[in-house]
Amino acid sequence: MSAAALELDGLTRRYGEREALGGVSLSLAEGRTLVVFGQNGAGKTTLLRVLATLLRPHEGSVRVLGSALPDESWAVRGRVGLLGHEPLLYRELSARENLTFHARLHGVVRERVDELLEAVAMGRRADEPLRGLSRGMVQRVAIARAVLHDPDLLLLDEPRANLDPAAVELVAPLIGARAEAGTGVDAGGDAGGHARTGGPRARRTRVICSHDPGGGLAEADVVLGLRAGRVALLRPASDVHPDEIAELYR
Amino acid sequence: MSGVKELTDAPEAVPPAAPPPRRQTPLWATVRALLRKELLVELRTLESVPGMSLFALSTFVVFHFALNRNSVEGDEAAGILWVTLLFAAILGVNRLFVADAEEGGFDAFLLAPVERTALFVAKVLTLLAYLVALELVAVPAFALLLLGPALWPALPGLLATLALGDLGVAVIGTLVAALAVRTRARDLLGPLLALPLLVPIVIGGSRATAPLLVAGHRVGVGGPPIRWLLTLGLYDLVFGLIAYAVFDFLLED
Repeated sequence: MSAAALELDGLTRRYGEREALGGVSLSLAEGRTLVVFGQNGAGKTTLLRVLATLLRPHEGSVRVLGSALPDESWAVRGRVGLLGHEPLLYRELSARENLTFHARLHGVVRERVDELLEAVAMGRRADEPLRGLSRGMVQRVAIARAVLHDPDLLLLDEPRANLDPAAVELVAPLIGARAEAGTGVDAGGDAGGHARTGGPRARRTRVICSHDPGGGLAEADVVLGLRAGRVALLRPASDVHPDEIAELYR
Repeated sequence: MSGVKELTDAPEAVPPAAPPPRRQTPLWATVRALLRKELLVELRTLESVPGMSLFALSTFVVFHFALNRNSVEGDEAAGILWVTLLFAAILGVNRLFVADAEEGGFDAFLLAPVERTALFVAKVLTLLAYLVALELVAVPAFALLLLGPALWPALPGLLATLALGDLGVAVIGTLVAALAVRTRARDLLGPLLALPLLVPIVIGGSRATAPLLVAGHRVGVGGPPIRWLLTLGLYDLVFGLIAYAVFDFLLED
């Protein structure tokens, strides 16, 4: 029996008077993938930011990886990887410098940075400032940043935005559900001597925001449809027809 | 859990996952990482220190012509030096968190398993480094353009006073910058909040420096008034404690 990675009960979040999320309740088991659909402004990004501990819930209860937010946010930090609309990278620094900086914050060994740069095919341009790279390249570096510390929960906001088909294929093993045999790039451990043994690891829980009904459904175990911050659809992916997702955008 | 939609695909009774032991990156490792990144970004962009230095040089030139004097000393010299350093420092304070706010550095930091105090310490050290670099340019330029008496005899006392003043400016500047950077009017709010809080440092610094910048002052004889050095030290301590207590909350949503 899997443990619950996410438990939301009546999650509500407002920006001033405007309610971005209202009464969202769901439970997602560990190792499952939740794909969130909805128009722009439906509350998808807000949901990701609440789960990432960057925004406080205003009402309701939220448990992420077994910890209640916001009181136990500290226990979640370092176990979550977030890939949002912004790459969370410094434009004046190179890909290698950015990833090395994040590796230091997460206590991850330097070798992991080199591995990931190769994994996203940025090895040759790893030392150029990001401001000179294309958006697709920056997105690849941002994906490497999000998975650098091998998070247990991966929050992805349109992860394939700006990527060409070859790059989509390239990053697929990194942002996929961690298979029993690993993700293709194993975390080496951390500076504190907590080297990971490389043994089989549990599948990674993922929450993915998507506008692509076909691709999103293929990845999803569970589908959440949001309309104006409210739950409009919440069912196992196997029970959802693509037309129901298309309906969310009308 | 009331009102939760149970998914057929999820197990029936789902116990919460037990969080693994917390593995936090040590404070000083985080401070080092942040400091290295700050200095690297500044070296690449040259947005703060050159601007602060040029501002100070321009201000000395303006004073030189506005006062229509070839040299100043005593209270006047100390006032000009400290007011110029204060306004130059404000330029650095205003830029301190801009890259973090605009490029997502705040979010990336908040997602990491680190002590938030590390960001405060790193930013204070960054601002201190900027101020030292500024003074390496501004103090000799001040001696050259405006100061009547020789700088050398005043140097030991001046350095001690500048060190205490810089610490206060760095602590208060970091606190105010963190507060202002998340507002839309940060360019206006930063100086408006910082200036009143920094006035006591200008007063203490000027009073401590004035006796050093008079003709006939000799090295080792009559240093800066202890009273004003203690005032500066106490002010640094008070704001250091306030900043330590509230900085984490400034990063909260």
